[in-house]
Amino acid sequence: MAVVFEKTKLLTDKPFHYCPGCNHGIIHRLVAESVDELIQEGKLEEGNVIAVAPVGCSVFAYDYFNMDAYEAAHGRAPAVATGAKRSKPDTLVFTYQGDGDLASIGTAEVVHAAHRGEKICTIFVNNAIYGMTGGQMAPTTLVGQKTTTSPKGRDEAWCGAPIKMSEMLAEVPGSYYIERCAVNNNANILKTKKAIKKAFQYQLDGKGFCLIEVLSTCPTNWGLSPVEAMKWLEENMIPYYPLGVKKDKGAE
Amino acid sequence: MSLTLMKGSEAIAEAAIRAGARFFFGYPITPQTEIPEYMSARMPEVGGCFLQAESEVAAINMVYGAAGTGARVITSSSSPGVSLKQEGISYCAGAQLPCVILNVMRGGPGLGNIQASQGDYFQGVKGGGNGDYHLLTYAPSSVQEAIDIMMFAFDKAEKYRMPVLFLADGIIAQMMEPVEMPEMVDFKVDPEKKPWACTGWKPGDDPEKRGVINSIYIDTESLTVHNAKLQAVYAEARKNEQMWECYKTEDAEIVVTAFGTVARIVKTVVDQMRAEGHKVGLFRPISVWPFPYDALAETCCAPQVKAVLDVEVNEGQMLEDVKLAIEGRKPVQFFGHLGSQFPTTAEIKEKILEMKEGK
Repeated sequence: MAVVFEKTKLLTDKPFHYCPGCNHGIIHRLVAESVDELIQEGKLEEGNVIAVAPVGCSVFAYDYFNMDAYEAAHGRAPAVATGAKRSKPDTLVFTYQGDGDLASIGTAEVVHAAHRGEKICTIFVNNAIYGMTGGQMAPTTLVGQKTTTSPKGRDEAWCGAPIKMSEMLAEVPGSYYIERCAVNNNANILKTKKAIKKAFQYQLDGKGFCLIEVLSTCPTNWGLSPVEAMKWLEENMIPYYPLGVKKDKGAE
Repeated sequence: MSLTLMKGSEAIAEAAIRAGARFFFGYPITPQTEIPEYMSARMPEVGGCFLQAESEVAAINMVYGAAGTGARVITSSSSPGVSLKQEGISYCAGAQLPCVILNVMRGGPGLGNIQASQGDYFQGVKGGGNGDYHLLTYAPSSVQEAIDIMMFAFDKAEKYRMPVLFLADGIIAQMMEPVEMPEMVDFKVDPEKKPWACTGWKPGDDPEKRGVINSIYIDTESLTVHNAKLQAVYAEARKNEQMWECYKTEDAEIVVTAFGTVARIVKTVVDQMRAEGHKVGLFRPISVWPFPYDALAETCCAPQVKAVLDVEVNEGQMLEDVKLAIEGRKPVQFFGHLGSQFPTTAEIKEKILEMKEGK
C-alpha cells in the first residue's frame, strides 16, 4: 500500500507534554516538516540542523525535535544560536521561543541577533501570557486581559501597552525577513509553514536574521476551552497583532 | 629559549589561540579590554572568530553555543562583567561544557574601581552562579605562569567537561614581562572524542550520540543522578588537579599564604627577611579550586611553624580556606587591604615582625 502521509522523522516519538488545545504541537510539526522538506529537496544536508529551545512551555522542545539541540537559559536562545552558528556556518540553526522568553527577559539578545544580521531563524510563539509559570502577565498581554499578575486586567497606565516585537524588529537594519502568522485555521497553518520554510531557505542562502511570529492560544491559562480560545485569538489578538509580512528584503 | 616582552593581557590572549581557541566572545570592560582588542585582530589571522557581544550575558551564552559544538572557546571580562556571566557559567557547568573564562579582577563591590583586586575569590571558588558546581580555577602570579596554565586549560576543561576559570588580578593583565610563548597546538574538533557535542547527528544514528546541550533534569531522580555525576567529576579533579608552590618553607617558623600578584610581593619579603635571619616562607595555591588543603596543612602545621599569616587584597576571602586546612592547629593572622591597594613589602614585613614579637 502506498504511503500517503507519515510523521516526519525530525520529531522524536516522545509524547508532547503540552495542554489540550495548545498550539505548540502544530507549530513543532510545521518547523520539523519544513526542515525535513529542505533535506528531501536536497537543499540541506541531513544532520546539518540545530534547534535551540527556550525557557517556557517549550522548554523541552530539545526532546521533541529529533536533531542536535540546545536548551538555553531564559531569553538567551539567540545568543546561544549565535555561538553555534558562528562555529558551524553550514548548519541551519533556529531558536524556538515564547513571548515571555523573547519579548521580556530576552529582548537584548533577540534585538542584537537581528542587529548583527545573525544568520539564524527565530520561531516566536506569542500567546500573550506566561504559560509555564501558570498564567502571569507578559509584555504581550493585551490591555484588559486578566492574568494571575494582572487580576483586574492589564492596565495600560500602570504597565504599558503590549509590545509588538515583529514590527519593532522589522525596524532593525540587520533583520532580513519578519512575518507574523497564526495557526487558527487550515489556511493560516499552511501560510505559517510557508513562512517558516522561506525563513529557513533565506538562512541557507546566507541572508540575515529571520523571525516568524506565530500567534498561539493558551486555553489553560486563558481559562477558555480550546475552541473558545481560538475564537478569542481571532477576535482579540489578530486585530492588535495584524498578520502578514513586516519585512522581506528578499522581495524588495 | 627566546623571550618576548609582552603585556599580560595580550600574552594570555595569544596563549589561548596557541592552545587551540578559535572562538572569542566578549565585551569591553577595564582592566581587561586589551584582551578583546587583541583577539579582534588576531582571530581572523588564524581563521578564528572574534565577536563583540551586546553584553557579558550574551557573551557567555555565545560561549555556551560554540562550546556545544565541541570548539575551543574563551571569554574574558572583569569583576562586574563576570558577575553578569554567572548565569551562563552555571549553565555551562550544568551542561558540562568545556570552555575557558578569564576574570581580570578589579575592585568591588558594584562598580568598585578599575584597579587590580582579589575580591572575587569567593565568587570564583565558592559558586557565583546557582547550584552545586565548581570550576577548575587557577590564580597565576606571573604572565608566564598564566601562559603555561592556558596551554593545558582546554585539555583539562575537555577531560573533566567543566569550565576553567582564571582568577587573575588586574596587575597580571596590565604589566609587561618577558615571556616564552609556546608553539601553536594543532586542535581540531573530533566528534569521536566528543560524542556529547552537536556535530551533525541525524535520525537513524545512535540516539545516545544526539547532541543535547542541556542543564534541565525536571524530575528529582534524574537531577540527583546528574548531580552525582558532576560531584564524581569534581572528586576526580580534587584528587588530580591541586597545584601549589612552597617557597622556602622547609624550616619556616612563619608561613605566609597568598595567591596571585600578592604572592610575588610576599616572595620578596621572604627573601629580604631571610637575609636578616628570619625563618619565613610562602605557601602559594596555584589552583584555588581544587584548593590544596592537605598540602597547605602539611606545610603550615609542621612542628617548627609558630604562626601563619594570610595576605590578600580583599577582606580575607582565601583566609577561610586557609583556616579550614589548618583546623585551629596553628594561629592564623590576616593582613590585607581593601579598595585595590596592594600591600608593600615593608607593610608585610612589619606585620610579620609583630607576629614574631607575639602580638
